[in-house]
Amino acid sequence: MPSVTLTVNGKSHTVDIEARTLLVELLREKLSLTGTHVGCDTSQCGACVVHVDGVSVKSCAMLALQAEGTDVLTIEGLAAADGTLHPMQEAFREHHALQCGFCTPGMVMSAIDMVMAHPEGMTEEDIRHNLEGNLCRCTGYHNIVKAIAAAWPVMHGKELVAAE
Amino acid sequence: MYDFKYEKPTDVAAAVASLGADMEAKALAGGQTFIPVLKQRLNKPTVVVDLSKLGLTGITVTPTSVTIGAMTTHGTVAESEEVKKAIPALAHLAGLIGDNAVRHRGTIGGSLANNDPSACYPAALLALGGTVTTDRRTITAGDFFQGMFTTALEQGELITSVSFPVPEKAAYAKFRNPASRYAMVGVFVAKLAGGVRVAITGASQGGVYRHTQFEQALSKNFAPDAIKDITTPSDGLNSDIHASAEYRAHLIGVMTKRAVLAC
Amino acid sequence: MNAIFEGIGASVRRKEDLRFISGRGNFVDDINRPGQTHAIIKRSDRPHAKLISIDTAVAKAAPGVIAVFIAADMEKDALGGIPCGWQIHNKDGSPMAEPPHPILASGKVRHVGDPIAVVIAETRQQAKDAAELLDIVFEDLPPVATVRDAVRPGAALVHDGVTGNTCFDWHIGDKDLVDAAFARATKVVKLDLTNNRLVPNAMEPRAAIGEFDPMSDDYTLYTTSQNPHVIRLLMGAFVLHLPEHKLRVVAPDVGGGFGSKIYHYAEEAIVTWSAGKLKRPVKWTCDRTEAFMSDAHGRDHDSTAEMALDAAGNFLALRVRTLCNMGAYLSTFAPAVPTYLYATLLAGVYKTPAVYAEVHAVFTNTVPVDAYRGAGRPEATFLLERLMDVIAHDTGHDRVALRRQNFIPADAFPYQTPVALNYDSGDYQTTLTKALEYAKWDEFPARRAAAAAKGKLRGIGISTYVEACGIAPSKLVGQLGARAGLYEVANVRVHPTGSVTVFTGTHSHGQGHETTFAQLVSDQLGIPISQIDIVHGDTNKIPFGMGTYGSRSLAVGGSAMVKAMDKIITKGKKIAAHLMEASVEDIEFKDGKFSVAGTDKAKTLAEIALTAYVPHNYPIEELEPGLDETAFYDPKNFTYPGGCHVCEVEIDADTGVTTVVGFTAVDDVGRVINPMIVEGQVQGGVAQGIGQALFENAVYDDQAQLVSASFMDYTMPRADSIPNILVGTETTLCTHNPLGVKGCGEVGAIGSPPAVINAVVDALRDFGVRHIDMPASPQKIWSIIQAGRPQMAAE
Ligand SMILES: Cc1cc2nc3c(=O)[nH]c(=O)nc-3n(C[C@H](O)[C@H](O)[C@H](O)COP(=O)(O)OP(=O)(O)OC[C@H]3O[C@@H](n4cnc5c(N)ncnc54)[C@H](O)[C@@H]3O)c2cc1C
Ligand code: FES
Ligand code: FES
Repeated sequence: MPSVTLTVNGKSHTVDIEARTLLVELLREKLSLTGTHVGCDTSQCGACVVHVDGVSVKSCAMLALQAEGTDVLTIEGLAAADGTLHPMQEAFREHHALQCGFCTPGMVMSAIDMVMAHPEGMTEEDIRHNLEGNLCRCTGYHNIVKAIAAAWPVMHGKELVAAE
Repeated sequence: MYDFKYEKPTDVAAAVASLGADMEAKALAGGQTFIPVLKQRLNKPTVVVDLSKLGLTGITVTPTSVTIGAMTTHGTVAESEEVKKAIPALAHLAGLIGDNAVRHRGTIGGSLANNDPSACYPAALLALGGTVTTDRRTITAGDFFQGMFTTALEQGELITSVSFPVPEKAAYAKFRNPASRYAMVGVFVAKLAGGVRVAITGASQGGVYRHTQFEQALSKNFAPDAIKDITTPSDGLNSDIHASAEYRAHLIGVMTKRAVLAC
Repeated sequence: MNAIFEGIGASVRRKEDLRFISGRGNFVDDINRPGQTHAIIKRSDRPHAKLISIDTAVAKAAPGVIAVFIAADMEKDALGGIPCGWQIHNKDGSPMAEPPHPILASGKVRHVGDPIAVVIAETRQQAKDAAELLDIVFEDLPPVATVRDAVRPGAALVHDGVTGNTCFDWHIGDKDLVDAAFARATKVVKLDLTNNRLVPNAMEPRAAIGEFDPMSDDYTLYTTSQNPHVIRLLMGAFVLHLPEHKLRVVAPDVGGGFGSKIYHYAEEAIVTWSAGKLKRPVKWTCDRTEAFMSDAHGRDHDSTAEMALDAAGNFLALRVRTLCNMGAYLSTFAPAVPTYLYATLLAGVYKTPAVYAEVHAVFTNTVPVDAYRGAGRPEATFLLERLMDVIAHDTGHDRVALRRQNFIPADAFPYQTPVALNYDSGDYQTTLTKALEYAKWDEFPARRAAAAAKGKLRGIGISTYVEACGIAPSKLVGQLGARAGLYEVANVRVHPTGSVTVFTGTHSHGQGHETTFAQLVSDQLGIPISQIDIVHGDTNKIPFGMGTYGSRSLAVGGSAMVKAMDKIITKGKKIAAHLMEASVEDIEFKDGKFSVAGTDKAKTLAEIALTAYVPHNYPIEELEPGLDETAFYDPKNFTYPGGCHVCEVEIDADTGVTTVVGFTAVDDVGRVINPMIVEGQVQGGVAQGIGQALFENAVYDDQAQLVSASFMDYTMPRADSIPNILVGTETTLCTHNPLGVKGCGEVGAIGSPPAVINAVVDALRDFGVRHIDMPASPQKIWSIIQAGRPQMAAE
């Protein structure tokens, strides 16, 4: 049986797996990191989004073996060791950007990725466009968009000047 | 997903050898199409050859061409300052494929090799008259596409890079399938020294194709109005729950005008 | 002291959020039990076929396979079928057709997705591998794909013996009165319309784990359910024949339901029964594609509506005929949806004196149809509010004035409708006025002109609605055919040091009960919400309950809590009177303190609780120790939220694409406990309503194959297809529950679809269009524009 060595949330793991194991299955079933969810089987919903080497990836569309040697960050790894939440987590709570919470891990991971990728600022339209790969059935997106806009200045340490 | 043997060779020759040794061996690039297909058990490879360590990434721009390594992701192309300068339409197109996460993994080589009838890149390659370079030869766009999900690639033949001539002007206009967000109709218009080329994706049962009537009209007069009296026949166009062939035919005209306007 | 206001009316941030934003939620698929096995359900790919044979031998011999079960194995154990919880009677008084609904298909398969066998293996992949090795021989039968197909003479029968595929043919209202009104009407306006079939698509796919303890004979089912006690009742009593004390049902964190997780599904029975057979836990998790073919769908009506009017535009009578789809089998509450949750709402917000509705429910070879967010009320609202605009169109009345003229006036409550319901309160003029004001209705012509200058067609539409929720008075629903009571239960446990745990029979799967209910308790008992925990979702912890649907949790479940807390306070007063040597009549309870009226003598709730649990100085002769009270609350009536939604759209005439550019909802949901949560509920509901109106459609082809069976084909609303949603509330209190609350979970999905379509039709007003069925897809709009253009040119 093949094995994969990778870093997840700062911890190194070596795991024996079937070649067909998806990254999301490795995380959920082998490493018990069940914060990353599976919401579809066509790679359309984004519930499974994690960061691989610093960028957002759908962990349902990646083999675990493809993650050999990578640095994976999941929702469980976002908060600081002392429990201080990431600004995006805080913003989601403050702006009621979650209801059932099922889409939330993927949303938060995608949201962090998009904010990091847009140091120049983001309009509401940009945020909505960048959420294209994440489905939420509960919130109607309104508050998710608000939360991301609110986290932007905190993450970049400056005001978000967005055309309203 | 059926289980398989996984290999990650470090040079093209080894990858080609692996793929050639077994009829059921398959190449894996970004996996954004292949892995969903495997999950649906629509494909049962014996060996999966991961192309990620073959060194096939990178973008080279000259005054007359843009050459992109097969394993270069859509995200890299979309954000490349060089591509944005040389062929902005190509960067724009790459930025319209899927979503951020898909663009971080999906590759140009995978997209072209797959030749999904609703994929975006095939329209750019065909309209710009680009070429596909493989481990063994160079194939022109016209020869490369052979109907939906079919290309000139032989069993085990690997795309290594893709080259696009730099046009005078070009633009891509995409009408997204409302559900999947692939191209329901995508039109790439390129104004080249030799005339205008128009490639249509998403619409035809035969996959990407050139709209010669539009090309002739636009070569004479490069303006949206030049095609206003040309009706695109709906024969051979796809019909599904989102769009009839007639509606697609109509959208081809609308999207072409928009692409010309955006040039 | 409790410095921050956390009581009723405060937008308290949610207590449940920390675990969800940290990836520490506890959804069913996150749970793994020791020794667990994995089940895969083999489903039919045929819409309608005889099952000739099933050969399981090869599958059973495959690596890792532990067992393969088919219907015959269950028949040996004399298991029951999946029960239906509501019985409707036909016009002639006879009961509806209620054909058997086996757990695994027996003899015949009746829809694509019908479960045929379960394969259980050590791993999920092994079970999947083996499921492909089942050898099933079918004999195809002609399929029935739509309601129209089902009633066609000579149509194939989904169930042998169910003539004409009719489940029931039911009616409500006074037919003679309605006929007489039509006879004297000066104008009759008629509209044919469909209500498109939807797939609920909660983001968490269903999942279930069955477990059996051979030492005690105890079964446990972990399931993605909105109502664990209902599942225990239905599955225990009717399917597996297990007594309640031997069956525990746990519904932990559930990732959205919208109705689809109310019902008792075959997979719950399969994993529970299999766990008993194998003496090992059995886990099943649904794939999304599988969910499309096995979660109950919603809506799917085909209706004709006719309004009789006098010369002044007053409504005289409404006549409705609806053909509705039950799918292949009766899901748990399916018969109630197009009858008592739909036809009883056909008076709407209007004082139409006579209403008569006929509802013909049929079986088809499709996935069962049941309640989906709003359940019946969106169908009624769409019919009425489309009809309003069509009446305005046909008669030349202004659509706002027409509605205002026919509204039930604010001083007419309580108002008895001609279709059974008695509305307790509402003020439709005010919600309409507010909504028009927020949406800047009067300035619309300028916006339309500006859009036209950009080459866009701009339209605006309204919908004024009332719904009935807070489900429901048990006696009444019993008379109407429910096979259960619809009260709710709360157990309020004050601990010795004064903190509180509340056990509720409702279930939260996104609604934020852990916060809202804590606010309620904080308000009444005067303790901070950090001292309050709300527990739900486990039949071993909670006395009983009917769960969460029909926007009932606060109105019914919250009222039960109020009643239980009243008991706590009553008992506390007796203890306080004893401690402070005062008469009970003189004890007042306020802000968490029991005090003697007119003195400064007081005891905190914590002091009273401690006394109750350490009863040294205690009236032990008259009073039991402890401070723990349970209350059952049976509502006296439905609650009647209402309001007005305004939608503004822009259409790209070249492509037919509609963009929602503005949405305003002003809803009367009764008293608001947490405005932030109410806004979120409305926004989510509106997004689903916009989804129904513009994007979503479950399409079966004529061979009854589900063509839109994945997110690749079924259009879900995404962030870039939904606008910001402006939410306002206007309150008239519910008159019959202690909190004055009505419910906010469904109003968004009920009020919005016709507002969207009315806006689309308004945008296309120059194209000779009177009605558009949902979804108003780009292709549909393009066709209308194509057809309308020549006519415009000719004009
Ligand atoms: C949610 C989602 C949305 C998407 N939206 C769009 C869209 O809007 N437009 C669009 O165009 N695409 C879209 N895609 C598809 C995406 O662009 C894929 O990345 C692409 O089609 C395949 O590229 P890949 O690198 O992922 O290839 P893979 O999936 O790894 O491979 C695809 C096929 O190509 C073969 N192959 C791969 N690389 C090579 C090579 N170098 N030489 C020979 N054969 C090779 C593989 O064997 C396989 O058969 C979407 C995908 C997803 C999941
Ligand atoms: S589970 Fe990965 S995109 Fe849906
Ligand atoms: S919060 Fe439930 S799916 Fe997004």
